[in-house]
Amino acid sequence: MAHLQATTESKPVRALLITAALIVLSLFLLLPLFAVFAEALRRGWEVFYASLTEDAALSAIKLTLLAAGVAVPLNTLFGVSAAWLVTKYRFKGRAVLISLIDLPFAVSPVIAGLVWVMIFGAQGWLPSAKLAAWLAPLATLATQAAANESFGGLFEGLAAWLANPKIVFATPAIIIATTFVTFPFVARELIPLMESQGNDQEEAAVTLGAGGWQIFRRVTLPNIKWGLLYGVLLCNARAMGEFGAVSVVSGHIRGLTNTLPLHIEVLFNEYQSSAAFACSTLLALLALATLALKGLLERLSGMRES
Amino acid sequence: MGFTITYLSLIILIPLLALFLHAAGVGWQEWKALLCSPRVLAATKLTFGLSAAAAAVNVVFGMLVTWVLVRYSFPGKSLLDSMVDLPFALPTAVAGITLTTIYGKTGWVGSRLAGTAQWVQDTWHPSGWCGELIDSWTRFGAAFSPLGIFIALTFIGFPFVVRTLQPVMEDLGHDIEEAAATLGAGRWTVFWRVILPLLVPALITGFTLAFARAIGEYGSVMFIAASQPMKTETLPLLIVFKLEQFKYSDAAVLAASMLTVSFILLLIINLLQRRLDWQNR
Repeated sequence: MAHLQATTESKPVRALLITAALIVLSLFLLLPLFAVFAEALRRGWEVFYASLTEDAALSAIKLTLLAAGVAVPLNTLFGVSAAWLVTKYRFKGRAVLISLIDLPFAVSPVIAGLVWVMIFGAQGWLPSAKLAAWLAPLATLATQAAANESFGGLFEGLAAWLANPKIVFATPAIIIATTFVTFPFVARELIPLMESQGNDQEEAAVTLGAGGWQIFRRVTLPNIKWGLLYGVLLCNARAMGEFGAVSVVSGHIRGLTNTLPLHIEVLFNEYQSSAAFACSTLLALLALATLALKGLLERLSGMRES
Repeated sequence: MGFTITYLSLIILIPLLALFLHAAGVGWQEWKALLCSPRVLAATKLTFGLSAAAAAVNVVFGMLVTWVLVRYSFPGKSLLDSMVDLPFALPTAVAGITLTTIYGKTGWVGSRLAGTAQWVQDTWHPSGWCGELIDSWTRFGAAFSPLGIFIALTFIGFPFVVRTLQPVMEDLGHDIEEAAATLGAGRWTVFWRVILPLLVPALITGFTLAFARAIGEYGSVMFIAASQPMKTETLPLLIVFKLEQFKYSDAAVLAASMLTVSFILLLIINLLQRRLDWQNR
């Protein structure tokens, strides 16, 4: 007991510090979270339900799901292959590559959107007209395919887009910008994990005659599965919630290029506060689910974010 | 290998290069004139000042919260521990409208601030920039004022200090504290002379991470600042403004300058983190 007293604080000090921390956390973190739900339900369930089921909200939800649905798998694929590359091989420029992967974390979301306007915007390298000229052969091909009676329907949308390929202020830019900002998440989780595991198990598998894909699926993947899930989870949360980058490239066309966060902005600026908060509850619930799963994964894998 | 490099180049490197080339196409004189224009200078001062202030407050908050989470046990601790990451998980647009509502004039906190500011105004009649600030608080609460931006930046930067400090504090052995205690040091002396010096590298790393995040923040700041030029306009807000005016070159120059600062910060963070890993080993 004596040594405990010497290396810990007296009871009142402990109580004081815990209370202070609780006040900071609840006023600063829990109050906003609580406010989202309180504001959303202030005008009753009917308004809440109506604001979630109106057309603009539904199309915003769809676009958000689409953007995350493309960005997350792409970045997962990249994350695994990049982590594999930098942890299983030694080559020149490896350290540079690792820091380049982190780059999007240092870029302001606004700039992450701006770079795409610089490329595909009217004054950029590849404006719509130039892109149309490049894609003209493909467009003709798609138009021919669309004219086909049996499977033409599948190509109609593609043909229409290729004939007038818009990227900025349209869906493609939203997807690309989302991919940019969520780029590092999976790789970032996997690199330290795979580094700490070393190559021993993979080398053992090689001596036993396993092929590359077999090694990945049967040896590496089981070792990294929790870390991988963790990265995918964070990547998805950011993809669905991204605001700045998407806002810059979207052009805010209602029902067409509004993701859920952008839809919330529009509603809030139109003084439809209850509707804005109703849509916010979806994203707040996503955040809570992310945190809960994250805690679960941390417990399962015994690892800790640093 | 091929896929990794190609994808990295397509998604990250070529776009950033495009931005820098676009900015480089603008003449040096114009570049200098833009960066030295009063509006850009005001935005720069506001962005860096408030980001530093928010990161500093987060160092204090983060210290307190990490200490309590690592050293003590109390009911609901693991729940609080996971809530620390809320600002990472909550989309910035949601944070923005929520903070604007809470800290705005009719909000739970904002109404009290407005009341207090009214009382201060009635009692002391402050003048100058201080009077202006108090007057803005009486009218809008913390919304549309630098105070609101500061609150938003503190919110979004909160997890960084805690999450950098936590592993370091957990690894801190009791032996050095015991040694200090046997030598007759009181608790306060032990904290000040033994524990704190060991935490300084982690605190600096956490500060830099929070700072780097804060200078680029857009979503939450946009709502609470309402972007008044010279008053509540941060650099990201200014870039968007230039873009909406179709002044692409101005936007590119501002973005390229900001990126340069961010890259330097990233470099510093990497060096700090390497030092931290070495200390933890």
